[in-house]
Order: sequence, then C-alpha cells, then structure tokens
Amino acid sequence: MAEAAVRAGCTFFAGYPITPQNEVPEYLSWRLPQAGGVFVQAESEVAAINMIFGSSAAGARSMTSSSSPGVSLKQEGISYIAGAELPCVIANVQRGGPGLGNIRASQGDYFQAVKGGGHGDYKLIVLGPAYVQELYDLTMRAFDWADYYRNPVMILSDGILGQIAEPLELTPYTPIVKLPPKDYILTGCAGRTPRVVKTLFLNPADGLVHHNDHLQEKYRRIEHELSLCEEYETADADIIIAAYGMSGRIAKGAVRKARRKGLKVGLIRPITLWPFPKEPFVRAARTASKMLVVEMSCGQFIEDVKLASECAVPVEFFGKGGGWYPMDTDILEIVESMQPCRSAPCATRKD
Amino acid sequence: MDNQATYITIAGSGGQGIVVVGNLIARACVIEGKNASGWVAYGAEMRGGTANATVIVSQEEIACPFVETPDMAIMLNQPSLERFEGNIVEGGMVLLNTSMIQRPVERDDLKQVFLAATEMAHELGNLKVANIVALGAFIDHTQVVKMDSIRQAIGDLFASKNPKMVELNLKALDVGAANYKCEKVKG
Repeated sequence: MAEAAVRAGCTFFAGYPITPQNEVPEYLSWRLPQAGGVFVQAESEVAAINMIFGSSAAGARSMTSSSSPGVSLKQEGISYIAGAELPCVIANVQRGGPGLGNIRASQGDYFQAVKGGGHGDYKLIVLGPAYVQELYDLTMRAFDWADYYRNPVMILSDGILGQIAEPLELTPYTPIVKLPPKDYILTGCAGRTPRVVKTLFLNPADGLVHHNDHLQEKYRRIEHELSLCEEYETADADIIIAAYGMSGRIAKGAVRKARRKGLKVGLIRPITLWPFPKEPFVRAARTASKMLVVEMSCGQFIEDVKLASECAVPVEFFGKGGGWYPMDTDILEIVESMQPCRSAPCATRKD
Repeated sequence: MDNQATYITIAGSGGQGIVVVGNLIARACVIEGKNASGWVAYGAEMRGGTANATVIVSQEEIACPFVETPDMAIMLNQPSLERFEGNIVEGGMVLLNTSMIQRPVERDDLKQVFLAATEMAHELGNLKVANIVALGAFIDHTQVVKMDSIRQAIGDLFASKNPKMVELNLKALDVGAANYKCEKVKG
C-alpha cells in the first residue's frame, strides 16, 4: 500500500503510530522523502488528518493511515475534508474494538466507514481489499478516484491484510482517466482571483442547503459510476455467501471446498463498500434460496446485504467482534448445515 | 486440509527468527513460481514472547491465510511443542530443536525430525542462525521447496543488510541439512 501510494504520486503523508498499521508509516518515513515527498510523524491522529486537509488544499496527493481507535480520532477532520470536497486517501487497518480494543484483526469499523463516522451528510468512497495485490492496485485507484471526484477515499483494510506477506507484482502507475485540473487549490493568488477552501456556509442562509444538494448530486453520480465486486461461482448457487475483505477471501476458500463436495455455493465479495454493489445481490435474491453473511464484526455489513437483496431471501449470519476471524472450515460447516429455504424472509441471525 | 496446499507452522519464542524462516520459505516459493502466503501471530511483546508463523504453499490462489491444523511444523522451543503438538494434521511431520525441547512428541502418527539446532548454531559462532540450521534440515527432509531456492532467498533477504550474514546463513543451512535424525512412524 505504501509503495503503491508513492508510485501513484503521493507527495505528502502524515500519521501517528498504531499497531497493526505501523509498517505503512515506517516504510514511507524513508521511501517518501527518497521519492521527493514529505513524511510527517504528527503529534496525534487529529493533527495528522488536519495536515492532510491542508496539504490537499495546497494540491498535494495526500494520505494518512491508522488503525481503528486512531481513525475514530480523525473523524472530525474527515468530515471537514469531505465538506470542503478535497481529495485524500485514508487507510484504516482495522483492529478489535470498541475502545482501545486489541491488536487483532477486525471489520468492526464498517459502519463508521460507509455510513459516515463524522458529522453531517457526507460519503467516503470506501474500498475493501482482500489480497496484497488488490490492496496495491486499489491504493493507486484510490488516489485517482479521490482526485476525479474531489472526495476522500478510505481503504478499509484489516490487521490480517496489514500483517500478511504475499507475492506482489509492483506494476507501474497509470491514471485510470485523464484527471481534471485542480482549479480549486491554494497556490497563492498572484495574477488570479483568490480561491477559498471552506466548510462554513453562513451566508446566504440556505447556502449550506445548496452545498449539501451539490454534494448529494455528486454522491449519486459516484453511485451510478463506481461499483466493484467479485462474483465467484454464483451462477447456479443455491447458497450465496456475502463477505468483503479478509472474510470474503476466507469465504472463497470455503466456497472452493464446498464445490469439491458438490454443494452449490457461491460468493459475492463487494470491493467497493460505498458505493455498495447492489446489482449482484438483486440477481442473487432471484436465483439463490439463502444467503450467509460472514464478517469479522457483530453484524454491520449484513445490513447492506439485506438492503441490497431487499430481504427477498433469508440472510443468515456468521460473525463475531473483538478480533475474531473465521476459518474456511467453519464457514463450510455452516454452509453444510444450512437447510433448503423454509423460513420467512429476513431470517434470524445465527451467532 | 486440501490437497492443493501445504500448510507449515513455525513456532518458537520472539527473537528466534520465526518470521525470517517463514519469509524465506515464502520467498523460495515465489522464486519457483508457486503461490505463498506468510502470516505471523505474535502478542504485544518483545524478545522472549511466543511467536508463530504460518506459511502456505499452494498451486492455486490462497484463500484462508492461516490454518488450525498444519501439515508440517518447525518447533524451536518447548512451549511451542506444548501448544501446537495436538494441532498437527494426522500423519503430518514435525521438526524439533532438541537443544531447547526436552522430549519427542507424544503422538505416534507423526514423522519426527530431530536436530540440536541451537548447539549447532553455537558451534557456528552465532546463536541467531539456529533458525536457519533448522530450516536446512526441514527443507532437506520435506523438499517442500528446492534447497537452491532457499539459498537464493537467503541471498535476496540478507544481501541488502549484511553480506557476511549471507555466507553465515548459507553455512548454517548446510549444517542443518547434513545433521538431523528422523524417526519413522510407528506401525
């Protein structure tokens, strides 16, 4: 992720240490200056996100990373950056919560990331990588989408992906689209009209209403244009597992094992968590008789699965919070125990 | 577990080079064009705490990056044996560092490989290479990757740090490969 950021042209990083994401600032502390960028170990997470606010307003491709408690601290700044429509990349290598929690992997910050952990009506583009290569590729895309939509992008990783070692192809960076010029950045106004980057709208009285309308319009456009999802063995699947990130990847192993046993099981693994890829779930609700959500939390992502599938099929749940992670063999066992559909839609959760 | 993958657990205490062993096996896999993933579990502790790494070697994409029942295990100290002995898959193999482990495993279905890795490392003049001595024996016995790939991986990993360490580690690898004992499975 750190190398992808450098290659994508990130020139400013500010962060504060926290396990399990310390490898990112450690790497960038020497690599970013080598590439001509600036690395700052800030005095706190709050300071780091506000440095990102400033550097992004000044036109730099900017990034911060942290883990759950640190990302909670950043929420005010994230709301400001979203309100000011500034691009930046924020990585959350999730760990167990609530509170200081532990340093094991978790997916307990899903709501915070996709529903908005800070105040006001804003949205982050949220990405849920499951493999090191995907994390690398998506980090590059994150900078592009941030600039293209002038919106913060969050990479919602977890402590397993943050600590794992896997083969990786260090592909060169090429922007996905021709990016618009940054005609809003503050570079000194000699010879041109001054620009203002702001989040306070007092005059006229309905100025903030119009600003919100504008933001919502942008969010609808992003929803329309951006959706990434892996579908695996879903075409004839009777039971469809829905899971993202690390649990999605583990679930894929369970699907493979189930298929070897002749069970018709498939997987939908959303890669963009906001916008949520609804269409595969609408299709799945027509063809499958049951769904199983697997997540490393007490049940957050499941709400979006139920909304996307409009509760047309029963959705069972396998997940726990606090640093728990599923084994593919556990998931397989549950899939084997799932009987053909008899119960009413929006079935009860099974913990 | 499934036939397509080999699951290896490396366990010992923090500072014994558990992560390095896992890293070298994984690098050797990549050199051979195989898929590999390395996953380290450790607590919030420094040298002396328990540490274990899981390496998965596979021809196909690796889904679950950890396993409860490894096929093979390298155990560098007694607490690792106590903790993981029961987890190894039936008919699996275990390598024991007899310098720091007082007894064989209490199961009769496992292939056992013994070597006094820490003592051999002491004779080589650097206790830190006990992990590589053990790795030498492990690779020679299991052939999970080629010894040449491990040699290349050692070159890649240590060259940037200290060229002298490459030489020492290659020597440690050879010593381990030449000096272990196997116990055949009973019955």
